[in-house]
Amino acid sequence: MVPLNYYLILSGILFAVGTAGVFLRRNLITVLLSVEIMLNAVNLTFVAVGRYLGTVDGQIITFFVMTVAAAEAAVGLALVISLFRHRETLNPDAFTALKW
Amino acid sequence: MDVYAFYAFAAIAVLASLFVVVQSNPMHSVMLLITSFGALAGLYVLLDAPFTAVTQIIIYAGAIMVLFLFVVMLLNVPREEPAPPAISALLGPTGMRMGVVISLLLGVEIVWGLSRVGMASFPLGPSATTVSSVALIGSGLFTRHAFAFEATSILILVAMVGAVVLARRER
Repeated sequence: MVPLNYYLILSGILFAVGTAGVFLRRNLITVLLSVEIMLNAVNLTFVAVGRYLGTVDGQIITFFVMTVAAAEAAVGLALVISLFRHRETLNPDAFTALKW
Repeated sequence: MDVYAFYAFAAIAVLASLFVVVQSNPMHSVMLLITSFGALAGLYVLLDAPFTAVTQIIIYAGAIMVLFLFVVMLLNVPREEPAPPAISALLGPTGMRMGVVISLLLGVEIVWGLSRVGMASFPLGPSATTVSSVALIGSGLFTRHAFAFEATSILILVAMVGAVVLARRER
């Protein structure tokens, strides 16, 4: 079987890819998708370390992360829809009403 | 055999996630992310976590991504807008230079830190069946983590009401 830190490095790479998406993209939907990539990278770490320690707690935490991700996606997409209704754009740079 | 499967799934996951970030059509991004989640489900199977693999497919690739697809189709914004003119030199001609530097730095830091963990190999034998047992996950979820489980149900209720209120058309 592949050693533990292969999985850890893979999840580190996925997390960095998700971070790059959050920083680089100018589309609110793609930013939310990048957040999902980051959450999945963390899930992979939980499951791998749980397997390493021989407990099911990693998978239980993964279950909670998935439910939180579902809630985040629902509220985030509702916000995207109502923002799009106001400005007719998905560019996060367009929403500057609270910017000093 | 296991090793090849790991490399194949890892390559699919990383490449699909990269393409999610790089290419500009949100529709294709969602499809590629579903591919990436499928590869992650394969990795969960390799880690003796079939329950998590199935929930990954059903909840993530099924429910959450359908929600994203629905919004992408509803809003119908196929392309990203071109980059605005540069605000400062550090933000670069496209406003991207800082983001690239920060995320590359983060990736290098994480990979460096995790590679110092050392080559810890997974324990074989009876612990593998312990981890893959759905009954143990269920009993852990409803006994030791019962409070978190109930809190999650309240969170979902709040998110549901919040989504309906936020997306409602104002009159």
